[in-house]
Amino acid sequence: MTDDELIWRIAGGSGDGIDSTSQNFAKALMRSGLNVFTHRHYPSRIRGGHTYVEIRASSEDVTSRGDGYNFLVALGDSFARNPKENAYYGEEEVKPLAENLDELREGGVIVYDSGLLDTDEIENFDQRVEENDWHVYDVDLRGIAKEHGREIMRNTAGVGVTAALTGIDTSYVEDLMAEAMGGDILEANLNVLHDAYEHVQEEYDADAPDVTVPTGEHDEEQVLVSGSHGIAYGALDEGCRFIAGYPMTPWTDVFTILTNLMPDVGGISEQVEDEIAAAALAVGASHAGAKAMSGSSGGGFSLMSEPLGLAEMTETPLVLVESMRAGPSTGMPTKPEQADLEHVLYTSQGDSHRVVFAPSDPVECYEQTRKAFQIAYDYQIPVMVIYDQKLSGEHRNVPKSTFDEEPNPDLGSVLTEEELEDQPHGETGIYHRFQHEGEEGVSPRSIPGQKGGRYLATGNEHTPEGHISESPSNRKAQVDRRNEKLAAIRESLDADERQEVYGDESADYGIISWGSQSGTVLEAVERLNDDGHPVKGLSVSEMAPFPKELLSEFIESVDDVLVVEMSSTAQFHGVIQKNLGRYGEKLSSLLKYDGNPFEPAEIVEAVEEHGSGEELSSNTRFEAAAGGD
Amino acid sequence: MSAFSAIGEEREVAQDEFTPSIEPQPTWCPGCGDYGVLKALKGAMAELGKNPEEILLCTGIGCSGKLNSYFDSYGFHTIHGRSLPVARAAKLANDGVEVIAAGGDGDGYGIGGNHFIHTARENHDMTYIVFNNEVFGLTKGQTSPTSPKGHKSKTQPNGNAKTPIRPLSMSLTAGASYVARTAAVNPNQAKEIIKEAIQHDGFSHVDFLTQCPTWNKDAKQYVPYVDIQDSEDYDFDVHDRREAQEAMHETEDALYEGTVLTGRYFVDDERPSYQAEKRARGDMPEGSLAERYFEDGDWERSYDFIDRHA
Repeated sequence: MTDDELIWRIAGGSGDGIDSTSQNFAKALMRSGLNVFTHRHYPSRIRGGHTYVEIRASSEDVTSRGDGYNFLVALGDSFARNPKENAYYGEEEVKPLAENLDELREGGVIVYDSGLLDTDEIENFDQRVEENDWHVYDVDLRGIAKEHGREIMRNTAGVGVTAALTGIDTSYVEDLMAEAMGGDILEANLNVLHDAYEHVQEEYDADAPDVTVPTGEHDEEQVLVSGSHGIAYGALDEGCRFIAGYPMTPWTDVFTILTNLMPDVGGISEQVEDEIAAAALAVGASHAGAKAMSGSSGGGFSLMSEPLGLAEMTETPLVLVESMRAGPSTGMPTKPEQADLEHVLYTSQGDSHRVVFAPSDPVECYEQTRKAFQIAYDYQIPVMVIYDQKLSGEHRNVPKSTFDEEPNPDLGSVLTEEELEDQPHGETGIYHRFQHEGEEGVSPRSIPGQKGGRYLATGNEHTPEGHISESPSNRKAQVDRRNEKLAAIRESLDADERQEVYGDESADYGIISWGSQSGTVLEAVERLNDDGHPVKGLSVSEMAPFPKELLSEFIESVDDVLVVEMSSTAQFHGVIQKNLGRYGEKLSSLLKYDGNPFEPAEIVEAVEEHGSGEELSSNTRFEAAAGGD
Repeated sequence: MSAFSAIGEEREVAQDEFTPSIEPQPTWCPGCGDYGVLKALKGAMAELGKNPEEILLCTGIGCSGKLNSYFDSYGFHTIHGRSLPVARAAKLANDGVEVIAAGGDGDGYGIGGNHFIHTARENHDMTYIVFNNEVFGLTKGQTSPTSPKGHKSKTQPNGNAKTPIRPLSMSLTAGASYVARTAAVNPNQAKEIIKEAIQHDGFSHVDFLTQCPTWNKDAKQYVPYVDIQDSEDYDFDVHDRREAQEAMHETEDALYEGTVLTGRYFVDDERPSYQAEKRARGDMPEGSLAERYFEDGDWERSYDFIDRHA
């Protein structure tokens, strides 16, 4: 097979050690000089259930998962329930092999564990192999693993077989194993790796591998990180030293990373009773002088609505992360969706008064989280960083130097005791913390314990002195001032130079996406242009205050726009129209809400079929623009 | 030099310093027990030499939440039921500040019950005062978690079918290390108990009986009251959990039978505060976190830790 990329899937059951194995293999490929991108598919189960991780590796840039894959290592599900036990999910054991097959490319490779799997249980297996020109290798991975160590080491055997069949240098894998383990376990794993490698070389013609893995070289040292790492590192570098949370998938990723770092950086992590408390703790810590954050996923974030409103009203700096998963309610805990957008934009009573960022990749996760802290503390406003299960778990290589940045522990618009002396105070010394006038709407704050700074922060409407008030003139002045901050923030964001539009600038067909889908759209746009369909794309990552100018300029420059998002009700499409007040006749939607992120080919097909009335082959839905078909 | 020079300042503090200029006269109803809390708190703080700018008073929502408007200090008037998570985080972040949380019985034992249990369990170094008037006051007299069984109100027209919550027992079981009950009608005891609660190193819970002359007219004015430490009828060791439990149970029952028992119920000076527990595990900096933001010094950066993950 002559693909210029390797898309390697390792499939098994939850508990088969697929995550750590694939993580190591991705790192090995990265260290060998390739660009890598991982995609993780797993059920909400502790043991058993079909799980796979896909690694896409290429010498070119990789911004998305690919279409299908070309190399399968099927371990089988060692924790499977079976029909004899009245398993609800059918014959589970063979699923990691059977269920993956439809997406395996022609000429692709199948390695399966003959110690656990029997291809007789798969309908028309031999016929499909022949039709698709698949190359099948049955290897007793379990047997090899048991011989040298424990059965769980089947995954290491799978890597050994992969290396033998593709000619990958196992030294990278060995190095990574040595970094992660030691002693007998390391030795056993190395023996499994080598035995599997040698077994394949002996059994098959190793001089003529079926898949040639591309080679590449990096200009500088790379690290393998996820969006969750980007967020955690961004927070750390902005001096965030207080995090409060409650476990919930997929938010737990960033919570865990930061919790483990906090003791080393003099910070505090609090796992608390619920998400109401988590957000309230972040508010309390921020009020008292720490840079603080909290976060959750859909259901937990719902509980944060009230503290979020409190932060808005009391002008307490706050950074919240929302890691979306498919809803409503418990929904699909381990599957991505972008359908919490409107929830995050508008939740909590009263007019929304917040900033919302939606980064598209790990580097933007880092940059926007830093920006989120800067804005939150400069403007005394809640800032949300919203991403999803996809971006949370997928890993990519980025230059290590990306994170070689100066820290910024600045508390923003906070006064020192000396500066407080020059500020207006009441008769008995109360600091006028909420003055009607303030640069860009910001009235500087003091911190409890400071001399000359005492004031009351209250969720009630209040006067400049912080006293509760329902006076109409004061009310209007305070609301206007708080809103003024949003205009100032928008202006400062517009001043940043950013590359949001890509593809063929002269094209009259545009695609708009937001957040985690942007990398996939980028690849689709490249393919469409290569295939002679002039298209340009816009990736939006600032959701509030809304970048009206950017959007209207882009929409004005084309005849048709396709809004690509993971929601069934076209939320982002609606947000665009709400903010711009027009363009209904130009905006159509491509929606996906089956639990899986878009693949590039699905977007390519939708653009090619746009207006044709043809049914789309994928599990997506096209919605025509107003007045169209 | 500390960026927070109000903290630990050695000086005489007068009770008047806590009276704000904007609204010196509270809007509570005449005869309301809330005046008793305000007075006791002012007195306790003055006697302990705590100045207004080293105190953070966090309140919930209700008549009790107005305490912030009448007590001049750093204040955070939060949302219904959530004063505790805000307050305990403030204490974690800015260690030297004297943190007090206050709210009503609906606020603390109803909507915020989960926070109450967990803050007590964790034994945060702070004081929690619950204005217990056995009714929802600000929303006009609805039945609350401490209303007696059979209590009639517009939301319980046929009489409350629920037995009241046991605030002291709940606190003890959850893990509070200082538990007391006092009453507005007993100002000296109230002040002394609040002083002890503030000085106690750990979570101090004061159930403060505050009569509501407007919505709880039938209810006793909490007189006559009995101070169990002074009474010969009650003899138990406040350091003994079992004896404390028994005394609390009896006290909670007695209230609904017309006998007002008050005093200290449980004091555990041995148990380390949450702060101490966290520091012992390296989970919290030794110094004040907030102070660090005002100091010159190097800050760690993610770059130095990346090799752990990537």
